[in-house]
Amino acid sequence: MENNQRIELPQHLLDEVQRVISLFPEGKQKSALLRVLHIAQAHFGWLSVDVMDYVARLLHIQPIEVYEVATFYSMYDTQQVGKVKLEVCRTGPCMIEGAENIVNYIEKKLGIKDGETTADGIFTLKTVECLGACGYAPMLQAGEKFHEHLTEEKVDALIEAYRSNPVANYMGENQNG
Amino acid sequence: MARKLLLNNVHIEGIHNYDVYRKNGGYAAVEKALKTMSPEDVVEEVKKSGLRGRGGAGFPTGMKWSFLAKPEGVPRHLLCNADESEPGTFKDRYLMEKIPHLLIEGMILSSFALGANQSYIYIRGEYMFVLRIVEKAIAEAYANGWLGKNILGTGYDLDLSIMPGAGAYICGEETALIESLEGKRGNPRMKPPFPAIQGLWQRPTVVNNVETITAVVPIVNEGGDEYAKIGIGRSTGTKLISASGNVNKPGVYEIELGLSVEEFIYSDQYLGGMKNGKRLKACVPGGSSVPILPHYLVCKTANGEDRLMSYESLADGGFQTGSMLGSGGFIVFDEDQCIVRNTWNFARFYHHESCGQCSPCREGTGWMEKVLHRLEEGHGTIADIDLLWDIQRKIEGNTICPLGDAAAWPVAAAIRHFREEFEWHVNQPKESQIRNYGLVADKSFQTENA
Ligand SMILES: Cc1cc2nc3c(=O)[nH]c(=O)nc-3n(C[C@H](O)[C@H](O)[C@H](O)COP(=O)(O)O)c2cc1C
Ligand code: SF4
Ligand code: FES
Repeated sequence: MENNQRIELPQHLLDEVQRVISLFPEGKQKSALLRVLHIAQAHFGWLSVDVMDYVARLLHIQPIEVYEVATFYSMYDTQQVGKVKLEVCRTGPCMIEGAENIVNYIEKKLGIKDGETTADGIFTLKTVECLGACGYAPMLQAGEKFHEHLTEEKVDALIEAYRSNPVANYMGENQNG
Repeated sequence: MARKLLLNNVHIEGIHNYDVYRKNGGYAAVEKALKTMSPEDVVEEVKKSGLRGRGGAGFPTGMKWSFLAKPEGVPRHLLCNADESEPGTFKDRYLMEKIPHLLIEGMILSSFALGANQSYIYIRGEYMFVLRIVEKAIAEAYANGWLGKNILGTGYDLDLSIMPGAGAYICGEETALIESLEGKRGNPRMKPPFPAIQGLWQRPTVVNNVETITAVVPIVNEGGDEYAKIGIGRSTGTKLISASGNVNKPGVYEIELGLSVEEFIYSDQYLGGMKNGKRLKACVPGGSSVPILPHYLVCKTANGEDRLMSYESLADGGFQTGSMLGSGGFIVFDEDQCIVRNTWNFARFYHHESCGQCSPCREGTGWMEKVLHRLEEGHGTIADIDLLWDIQRKIEGNTICPLGDAAAWPVAAAIRHFREEFEWHVNQPKESQIRNYGLVADKSFQTENA
């Protein structure tokens, strides 16, 4: 319990959670779950059991209902990750436009493999499936941002930018959080 | 000049803003429908238009709408499917990013037609930046009286909001989408009951693709008959095509259905031909789930007729020599691409995205991925190719939702048309690791006699 007390969203995000809940009919507040998990993950960095329990309390649902969802969807991290996740699309249309070279380049540059996090805790590299940018391949997602038509130079620049400002990749209600 | 119905205003500076959209004729269709038409009239226009679902299956929209149950006193819902996760597809994102009010306008018209008062857009979680654009546009629509209570003083109420998924292709399947919107895992439901009877919160529900819903705007503005004049045969209207792969100008294009595939690939108005002057090797015309076509069946059907961008022509020849329009995810491969590698890549995708509920899909997709990887790396056998064929046949038609079929078809088509390339990987394992096979032989004469 003591541990849980530290876990609290700031007021502007609590207001956002209430707004999202109000978009559904009375008693259907569970429908807000996916959105609220995104808000919580952007704020806390990842979804620990404590964070998930907190979300369950916010929505008046059972913790197990939150765990089930958090473990089903690939965007949720139930393990700690770096401050910036570099998610490189590896699916067909990106592959034939050079996605593998981009992954290799980032692996070498950061000294990590797919799925790993840099020692300073800033970057996690992950290969993911089609993100809906196939015509602008190769591409990667960092937080809420898409980086398209990637080249090695572009990768250098964006890694530098995120290294000095790891929250630059969020643009919504969480950007101050 | 080809007609555009959805993207005609997309290049106007600031068209994502309400004021600019309104000044350029936006929301005129809502005024027309709410003030001068009944909900049944709108359904009738959509029926006349011949509009077919743009999410992949091509089911007639007007007919789908007429199946919606209308029990007294039970709310019904319209859900917009903006999950867009079929590899090769990125048109819905383009529409929502560039001209979000068109979707909102379409949602108002369609909700009105269905008698829905609370509608939702379900967008894939990775499109959070698009969600924010649409959410801002929704707020503008509320502020200007197009959403909320008593719209235009007509007594019609509508609430609209947008919710994100969180990275699961399966949530594009309509019953999985409904589960997800209820705050659950995206496990597809057994049908029946169909969503039209029991959908969101067990209430009657219609699920339509983003592009389908936006198409209702020009249909109401110009009338269903006018819409139906565009296109060819039962493929009426325009279609957004997401083009990717080894072409000069990948991107989103609005085409009139019936355009020839050859013109689409090679003319400067569209894809501008193959990149670096390479030769065309293959094409997946409708998203990763549809059968791949070898070079000699892309621009011509097996009968030697011009292949057209239409539901019928792309499917001409069935699975033997045809494919499908699907979601319009048009992926072009040049002679330097390896079909075995790409088939493995897609198989891995389906394995990754299987929700795991049915064993033929869960086990079969994993098995196909493994065997294909083996073949790709030059460790496969001829028996593996036959094994693959067997696995895909055991999946197809034996699952709760169509993801199983979607995983099986690309494998079947790759083996059907590119068997010699698979065999080459087996027989020339070393060489297959350092160079690509190139084009397969033109079998159009054989297929004609088969
Ligand atoms: C695995 C799977 C994924 C799907 N993904 C999408 C999708 O991302 N977007 C979409 O509109 N339809 C998708 N569909 C089709 C939907 O189930 C549904 O048929 C469609 O949204 C209906 O809309 P329409 O009639 O307007 O095309 C998918 C179907 C399956 C089986
Ligand atoms: S076919 Fe695959 S994705 Fe669809 S319900 Fe069965 S296991 Fe899940
Ligand atoms: S394949 Fe990479 S974004 Fe679609």
